Amino acid sequence: MEDKLVIRGIEFRSRLWIGTGKYRDFEETARAVEASGADVVTVAVRRVNITDRKSENLLDYLDPKQYKILPNTAGCYTVDDALRYSRLAREAGVSDMIKLEVIGDEKTLFPDTIGLLKATEILAKEGFMVFPYTNDDPIMARRLEDAGAAAVMPLGAPIGSGLGLRNPYNIRIILEAAKVPVIVDAGVGTASDANIAMELGCDAVLINTAIAGAKDPIAMAEAMKHAVIAGRLAHRAGRIAKKLYATASSPLEGML
Amino acid sequence: MRLTVNGETYSTEKGTVSELLGEMDIAAERVAVEVNLKVIKRAEYSGYKLQEGDSIEVVYFVGGGARGTRQEGRR
Repeated sequence: MEDKLVIRGIEFRSRLWIGTGKYRDFEETARAVEASGADVVTVAVRRVNITDRKSENLLDYLDPKQYKILPNTAGCYTVDDALRYSRLAREAGVSDMIKLEVIGDEKTLFPDTIGLLKATEILAKEGFMVFPYTNDDPIMARRLEDAGAAAVMPLGAPIGSGLGLRNPYNIRIILEAAKVPVIVDAGVGTASDANIAMELGCDAVLINTAIAGAKDPIAMAEAMKHAVIAGRLAHRAGRIAKKLYATASSPLEGML
Repeated sequence: MRLTVNGETYSTEKGTVSELLGEMDIAAERVAVEVNLKVIKRAEYSGYKLQEGDSIEVVYFVGGGARGTRQEGRR
């Protein structure tokens, strides 16, 4: 059964996307990514340390020929900063993909959706494939789509919170209306959260903290891989309706 | 010539972006360079002449995901 995620002609091997922050070291990052089966890894853009040039490079561990490197604008609080980081990322990388974050508040890390929309419009016009990190707000998802986003990435819960999908009903409404892929970004705490997102019909899930912060990140990466596959299959298989009372699954005929 | 590189004062005799990266032992294919807030295309590194007082940023990819890295914060 061919069920590949394709966005603007680009084929993705996996519906699990991985963030590369907060691992113990690059080796653990690479092992977790491998165990997850992901082919998209998101990375941040930062200054090179010019006084200590011995530090290793993440891309020595995650080969850009093997993985799709998705730079993000994490840490940007203004439209201008997000644009600046995006343009630098495009030059440093190998593609036009950008996971766009315009953060509104340090405590919640919720997106500043007004800034996000502005930045999405500008970058889409410059030919970027924009993946905006947004709220679980169906109207904003539509506005981002209209502004040229390649997909929308609503949060399930605050970044790093592990609370799971706090508003699955809004995610369902986003899914109903969206003509671009919907990728849940942030909030997943454990495998069942990723599974629920996929069962709802999301096209992919992006996970960082739930894997990097687990006691055994490699095992959790593998758990997430299976959860995402199972959730996708269940979504396509079509679940039964929920009913209040029992329905016997064995025949009454032939009973004594 | 005195430049500002990644926020720090930097003295060099080198004249182009390529030469500067070479002096700092930085592989050009893994970074992006900005001079005075303008992103310089990689193909232009060898021809791009630096001027006294230029402000240069050299960035690369680091681990960071839905949350980004720890050192960040509101500026």
